[in-house]
Amino acid sequence: MLQIKPILAALKRHKAGTVLIALQIALTLAIVCNALFIISQRLDRIHRPTGLVEDEIMAIQTRFVGTEENNAGPMIKADLAALRQLPGVQDVVAINSYPLRGGGWSTGVRTDVDAKDSKAHTTQYFADEHTLPTMGVRLLEGRNFRSDEIVEADPQAVPDPAAIIVSKALADKMYPDGHALGKALYIGDSKKPSTIIGIVERLEVPWNGTWSDSFYENSLIQPVQLTSAFTNYLIRAKPGQLADVVKTAPATLVKLNRMRVIPNDRGVRTFAEVREHAYKGDRGMAILMGVVCLVLLGITAAGIVGLTSFWVGQRRKQIGVRRALGATKHDILSYFLTENLLIGVAGVVIGALLAIAMNLWLVTQYEMARLSVPYVLVGVAALLLLGQGATLAPAMRASRVPPVEATRSV
Amino acid sequence: MFAYYLQLGLRSLRKNPLLTLLMVLAIGCGVAASMTTYSVFRATSNNPIPQKSSQLYVPQIDNWGPDSSKDNKGEPPNAMTYTDAINLMRDKRAKRQTALYPTAVSIVPADANMLPFRETSYGWYADAFGMFDIPFQYGHGWTAGEDESHASVAVIGKALNEKLFNGANSVGKNINLNGRDYRIVGVAEKWNPEPVFYDVTNTNGFDDPIQVFIPFTRAVELKTPTSGNNNCNHDPGKGWDEWIRSECVWLGFWAELPTKAEADAYRQYLNGYSAEQQRAGRFRWAPNTRLRNVVEWLDYQKVVPQEAKVSLMVSLGFLLICLVNTVGLLLAKFMRRSSEIGVRRALGATRREIYIQFLIEAAAIGLAGGVVGLLLTGLGVMGVSLVFEPDIAKLATLDVSLVLLTMLVAILATVLAAFYPTWRAAQVQPAWQLKSN
Repeated sequence: MLQIKPILAALKRHKAGTVLIALQIALTLAIVCNALFIISQRLDRIHRPTGLVEDEIMAIQTRFVGTEENNAGPMIKADLAALRQLPGVQDVVAINSYPLRGGGWSTGVRTDVDAKDSKAHTTQYFADEHTLPTMGVRLLEGRNFRSDEIVEADPQAVPDPAAIIVSKALADKMYPDGHALGKALYIGDSKKPSTIIGIVERLEVPWNGTWSDSFYENSLIQPVQLTSAFTNYLIRAKPGQLADVVKTAPATLVKLNRMRVIPNDRGVRTFAEVREHAYKGDRGMAILMGVVCLVLLGITAAGIVGLTSFWVGQRRKQIGVRRALGATKHDILSYFLTENLLIGVAGVVIGALLAIAMNLWLVTQYEMARLSVPYVLVGVAALLLLGQGATLAPAMRASRVPPVEATRSV
Repeated sequence: MFAYYLQLGLRSLRKNPLLTLLMVLAIGCGVAASMTTYSVFRATSNNPIPQKSSQLYVPQIDNWGPDSSKDNKGEPPNAMTYTDAINLMRDKRAKRQTALYPTAVSIVPADANMLPFRETSYGWYADAFGMFDIPFQYGHGWTAGEDESHASVAVIGKALNEKLFNGANSVGKNINLNGRDYRIVGVAEKWNPEPVFYDVTNTNGFDDPIQVFIPFTRAVELKTPTSGNNNCNHDPGKGWDEWIRSECVWLGFWAELPTKAEADAYRQYLNGYSAEQQRAGRFRWAPNTRLRNVVEWLDYQKVVPQEAKVSLMVSLGFLLICLVNTVGLLLAKFMRRSSEIGVRRALGATRREIYIQFLIEAAAIGLAGGVVGLLLTGLGVMGVSLVFEPDIAKLATLDVSLVLLTMLVAILATVLAAFYPTWRAAQVQPAWQLKSN
């Protein structure tokens, strides 16, 4: 029933059109595969959890003015006391950074005091015993800091802590046997051990760029209250009261001490806003690629419709002859659909190769992962279906050509 | 003849509105996508100071040694230590030179009802104003003498002057920074090079214009911390004094070297300086220095965002597909008129005239595609803030040159796409066409 031989013979007479359709399908496949892949990678990144109870948290960034740069300890204490008393506030912590904020501290850590190279890279959070309750991160093993373990320190003179809390990802990296609790870590080039007293389930680093992908869940919390004039407050509201706290908290701070700067653009944000800002680029890229894919598919479909219509118009007489000689409407329909399928298959084979080549090139040029096979298969299926769908309308028109056409104007 | 062919072309386009619409939309979409991404690419790969870009240089000195530089293709750190910056300033081997860093200062308004606020602020040397060709609205920069005396002077930007002094001449008045008074010596006109070449390391190339300039020497004396990056290969020790003596890199440095000979001499000087540090026992490795001018520096620092490059690539691929599509549709359109071509040829039209006729028709389609593309580019430029940071997105604008380029690309691309279909049309055998009708 498949009339492949006559189709090939006919296509030989329409080389240009055939090549154009195949080429277009190939290029579209190459771009759509890579675009889909970029979209899915960006979406994976966007949906990475931070470990925080994000819908109850907000952040305020503040800098005291007119004080010595690293001597703001008493002011931070006063701020914390005032914020913790606010109705609607569950807990507050003053911290150097937090997940998705974008800037922060990072260091290498070792398990062997004599090792020259660090075993893993991690971010450092400096905050007090309110950190875990405020963030809502889950403690898997061990305990939280006690208030008597917290020390105040100038950021340029941070003492090596005796006790630290680490994320599970870091614990597993440093002690793959799963027994990190109670063991020691050496931070930076320190010779003094810091004992792991607690392990939390998940805590992301402050960065979300590709460069931090290799350690994005490696975090350690040091029981240190920095006295820097620049600080961030993470505030956890009681359930349902975040909207009120967003208004009252900054007002309380300004009332307490107006010699401070809370920036207009990113000074006061709910965590939802923090997340939205952090992933704006990723989301935008995903949307852009999505739009490109849709428009491309549309244009390719339109091109196929256009060329197939032209062929149908050219071959009205031949169709009439075939119909007069006994071909059914269905035969004509399947002729055009098969023809498109043949061109489509040629197109997707070239396209799949192109897609892989393009991906390999992107891998060498930019920090991008290897394309996985399912994306190519999805792309192949989509384009073959698209081709068949686009051919359907002109092919239907062809099948309605009456046999009498054969007798006209020969 | 041109008008006649154009008329013929338009008539033929009207005869088949759906096909025409498809072509126009395809070209419009393709052109708009590539022009939108190009507008971002253009903004990010702009030369921010064309008149001087070959005279301003960033020196780099490897103070960390091969252990660190091997992870970075042997390149020295991107910033400089306080020790090296001060030594280079002292030696004064360039026509003009400056160390600089973004200072973390807040402005305390005299009006007690206004809350303190922050503006982008830098500490640098008196030379910088001349080196970077900073225009002044009132007054001028401070003097080298004021650098040496660590004077409490400041230059403010036009926007800040509007905010604090309603735009009046504020030279001689005071501004309170971090609780300390500084005497204003100048008000700079709007100075907003894009990308911000003078501090790529801390801004990735895009930031708000500087509104407060203070002497580097005064900022360091007051232990004003950097609001930019600080990178250390070892624990610097405790406190400010230890820190500025450490091997931590946190400063930018620029040297003005008007001729190539001077640049070469400066390179030798940098190597000599490094060798001297090696002899003194500070460096335990051979001199490893770099000297890059503005363009080389921006390129090395990869200021053009990765998004801009990837999306430009994708858009160009997109345009290519649109063109392939147009070739197919034009072929269908032109070949459908074989009999018309046959008649014209039989009546004496040469192949050349057929060429001209169909290329003009294609150009008309390109023109229409360009108009559609222009509208879509306008939409696209508004939408770039979806993908790029606002600092970068605001640079993408639809200006006259982009409008002209859009039209040009649309028409040129369509005419290019029309070559093959036109050639096929010109090959039509008149006798064959006449016979079969």
